[in-house]
Amino acid sequence: MSDGYSAYLSSYVPVLAILVLGIGLVAGILSGNRLLRPSRPTAQKLLTYECGVDPVGSGWAQMHVRYYIFAYLYVVFAVDAVFLFPWATVFEQLGWITVGEMGVFIGIIAIGLAYAWRKGVLTWT
Amino acid sequence: MIDWWDLALRLGIVLVAFLVLPLLVGQLEHKAMAHMQARVGPMYAGGFHGWAQLVADGVKFVQKEDVVPAAADRSVFKLAPAVALLPYLVVLVAIPIAPDGAASSLDVSLFFVLAVMSVGVLGSLMAGWSSANKYSLLGGLRVAAQLVSYELPFVLAAVSVAMAAGSLSLTGIVAAWNPWWLLWQLPAMVVFFVAGLAELQRPPFDMPVADAEIIFGPYTEYTGIRFALFLLAEYAGIVVLASLTTVLFLGGWQGPWSDQLGWLWTLLKTAVVSFLVIWLRVAYPRMREDQLQTLAWKGLVPLVLFQLVITTVGVVAL
Repeated sequence: MSDGYSAYLSSYVPVLAILVLGIGLVAGILSGNRLLRPSRPTAQKLLTYECGVDPVGSGWAQMHVRYYIFAYLYVVFAVDAVFLFPWATVFEQLGWITVGEMGVFIGIIAIGLAYAWRKGVLTWT
Repeated sequence: MIDWWDLALRLGIVLVAFLVLPLLVGQLEHKAMAHMQARVGPMYAGGFHGWAQLVADGVKFVQKEDVVPAAADRSVFKLAPAVALLPYLVVLVAIPIAPDGAASSLDVSLFFVLAVMSVGVLGSLMAGWSSANKYSLLGGLRVAAQLVSYELPFVLAAVSVAMAAGSLSLTGIVAAWNPWWLLWQLPAMVVFFVAGLAELQRPPFDMPVADAEIIFGPYTEYTGIRFALFLLAEYAGIVVLASLTTVLFLGGWQGPWSDQLGWLWTLLKTAVVSFLVIWLRVAYPRMREDQLQTLAWKGLVPLVLFQLVITTVGVVAL
């Protein structure tokens, strides 16, 4: 294993360690709670809470997901953001040509956003 | 290769900060809101200004019965608070409070932080869906709608800073910072902060938990310690957002005598930004769902695209 690679891996050791610590912390809090709390379930208590009225039908009701167009737009732009991050670190050396290329890339997406705006899909219906 | 004692010390500090700072922000919120609204609230516990009220609340939470509704998806319901809380702990590992003050020397820490932060929202989605409650489900869907709209300006504002600094490392970004950025990166700072507030579902962006309409959104069915974990996640989120705003836009440890007092500058700036978060809660009414979407797509996204142009010109031409 080369030195660079092992240095790269070791920079993730704290992340792994804190994740283990965090899981331990939450588990500790929850098991402490288990020792201290009462447990007297009744049918009334376990009923779904909907302002005191007995719930009608299942909680997993069907509903109109109004924002699916926003979700599409988000996916398009999120992919674009992934390309922006590596570009951000090098474009200063590469100069105007790469700026132009990125401008074309983002421009096309921005035109897409403008089109969606013009078509009125950004209005909450 | 790895200095284990040094690592243990740094992780210990991160853990203590994670447990103490959110409580301080919570206490600050109680007191600042009380005085801004001229209604003082509980003033007896502990004597001075009711400082022990938060401790008393904690003791109460620990002793409360843990009720899981019979209709709920049990395992997902019980796991959700941990999923909401832990990402904020993991993010703290990468935040540098001094030139050599991060627990992890990740060279892509900005990217790492953004990726991990967005996991926290999954906790709210899990809670909303698994509760099998119509109000929770509505709240969960509002969380999802808010996430897809505000994640984008949030990430693009961070890209703008990465472009200005030419680095994806938070340490490198603070090192490259100079006061001129306060003007140059101002639109990105505003966008980052506003979008961050929306991701934390803090007022005025608290449509997902709007208590006057949908009880408490995704957290309606939660009781006792699991509810407290969601609250802790909210305040830990404020700490993380404030410290990220500090590191990216306000120069982190930079300030007079930063060689010795760098960590103090970071904490001070983080505290000021946290106070701003609380102040906004008191000052502004809740936004309606369509206003939320309009602000994101017709306000923040065009603004941050404009900022990317300014940043590019600033870096390449100057």
